[in-house]
Amino acid sequence: MALLDILDLSIGYPPNKKLMENINMSQEKGQLIGLVGQNGVGKSTLIRTICGLQPKLSGTVNLSEANIENLSAKEIAKKISVVLTGKPESLNLSVLELVALGRHPYSGWLGNLNKIDREKIEESITLMEINYLTKKRLFELSDGQMQKVMIARALAQETELIILDEPTSHLDLKNKIDVLQLLKKIAKSGKGVLISTHEIQLSAQVCDQFWCMDFGQKMLVGEPKKLIASGELQDYLHIPKEVLI
Amino acid sequence: MIESQMDESRKKWRVVFLLLLFLLALGFILSISIGSVNIPFTHVWNYFWGSSENQIWDNIIQNFRIPKAITSILAGSALAISGLQMQTLFRNPLAGPFILGISSGAGLGVALVIFLGVWMGGFIEMTGVGRSWLLVGASGFGSFIVLSVVLIASFRIRSGISLLIIGLMFGSAVSALVSILQYFSQAENIQAYVIWTFGSLGSLSWGELYVMLPVILTSLLMSFLLSKPLNALLLGENYAESLGLNLRQARMLIIINTSLLAGTVTAFCGPIAFIGLAVPHIARMLFNTGNHLLLTPLVILLGGILLLFFDIIAQLPGMDETLPINAITSLFGAPFVIWLILRKSNLNYRF
Repeated sequence: MALLDILDLSIGYPPNKKLMENINMSQEKGQLIGLVGQNGVGKSTLIRTICGLQPKLSGTVNLSEANIENLSAKEIAKKISVVLTGKPESLNLSVLELVALGRHPYSGWLGNLNKIDREKIEESITLMEINYLTKKRLFELSDGQMQKVMIARALAQETELIILDEPTSHLDLKNKIDVLQLLKKIAKSGKGVLISTHEIQLSAQVCDQFWCMDFGQKMLVGEPKKLIASGELQDYLHIPKEVLI
Repeated sequence: MIESQMDESRKKWRVVFLLLLFLLALGFILSISIGSVNIPFTHVWNYFWGSSENQIWDNIIQNFRIPKAITSILAGSALAISGLQMQTLFRNPLAGPFILGISSGAGLGVALVIFLGVWMGGFIEMTGVGRSWLLVGASGFGSFIVLSVVLIASFRIRSGISLLIIGLMFGSAVSALVSILQYFSQAENIQAYVIWTFGSLGSLSWGELYVMLPVILTSLLMSFLLSKPLNALLLGENYAESLGLNLRQARMLIIINTSLLAGTVTAFCGPIAFIGLAVPHIARMLFNTGNHLLLTPLVILLGGILLLFFDIIAQLPGMDETLPINAITSLFGAPFVIWLILRKSNLNYRF
């Protein structure tokens, strides 16, 4: 059973800005997928449409075979978690409080956390290796630490699918590799992970599949290393062959 | 690890809340003991234990000082919590309870009653209970009209900032109408209006308090239920939605709740400034948290305590005169906030 099924989807902004149409994609459990393409091609729009944050123009998005149109915001929140670009708007929270916000769809009226909630929070923090940070406040964190904390929050949301918009931007090389490897670990644990990225070379090492987008073209899909070796990816992205190895 | 961190903070917060409750009780007793008529503290004590001998003093305590102290607490809590909710909803440190035009609407209602009422020859003659309820009604109705327009706009608009600007514009337009009314008015009517804008905590009878009390208490309870959506909004509107929050519904509930709080207080006490803007910042700086599950009770308590003490100062203990409450809140509150920011630990205060 596919975690994510995209059928004949058109994305964009009404009334007359269509970014891409006839998108047909599907993602299985355990897959780490990289979404690549130029700025403005519609990667973020596709991500926002899949999460139900933005209305689609036409077509269908199914999460574990349930059409998102028939799901409430809360039900979607139990199936997809997202990490968006940029920092959260308020930085006056402790790391623990932020990760605990991931339990929002499950907690009661007052947001009180039960035993299961606390276990999930602890699990996510341990998986992202940020135990030493839990008492820090968000404004004290480096960009790399912040990204791991945001991913821990998404993990605490206990969803089968995690979507990240440019999780490696603003990070140094070591932190980029760290984050990609942690994402690989998360995918291996049986979840689906979808990231948009400009780090083609690095993410080709960890991704199972690339979904490539270009203006007015059909999406190019395939195994990253094969796409690069054959030069298909470079052609599709309008870049010289020797840039990627 | 997490359990121990949570237990640790639970202990700390228990101490903080006990301290605040103690300050609230202390302020309440002080507020009842101090006033232009000098009532010995022993008499106040006896009043509460039912063995009192001075009818006049009893009457003052029963019908003036206790309603006034309760009004101060309610108004302070209500304004402070609605300021907090507006600041979080709009992600704007300058937002306050009146940012969407509630006080302008109330002001227009009151101005219409005072200026047009005089023109029709009714207002000056009308005194006491009738006049006070007329002002309450006019002010409440004015706020209600502004609130309805903002709510209709909130259905159509996705972005919080657009809504904020619509509220601001609407508020300015309504204030302009008040200016025009003032321009064509007699001096004594303008004075009556200006006195209303100074705010007043001492003019409520038990009859009025019986209306104000349940509305404010219900909305304060509602505020606790809004803490969870407000926490989600701390991450931004997109994250809040991805956490399963129904953005439009949450925004509507928050606007209705804050308007009920701020509108009711303004109707009964006039537009009391500063508390709503400053108390949320004071709470965040003093207690170093942005978590609304904690901030909501903290801000409610702190708002009540501060307005209670500001009112005691406005009484000018030992003298016959009283100062307008609006002047005192800013005069003593503003230096306090500046001092809080200049303390070393708050130099990089994050809102």
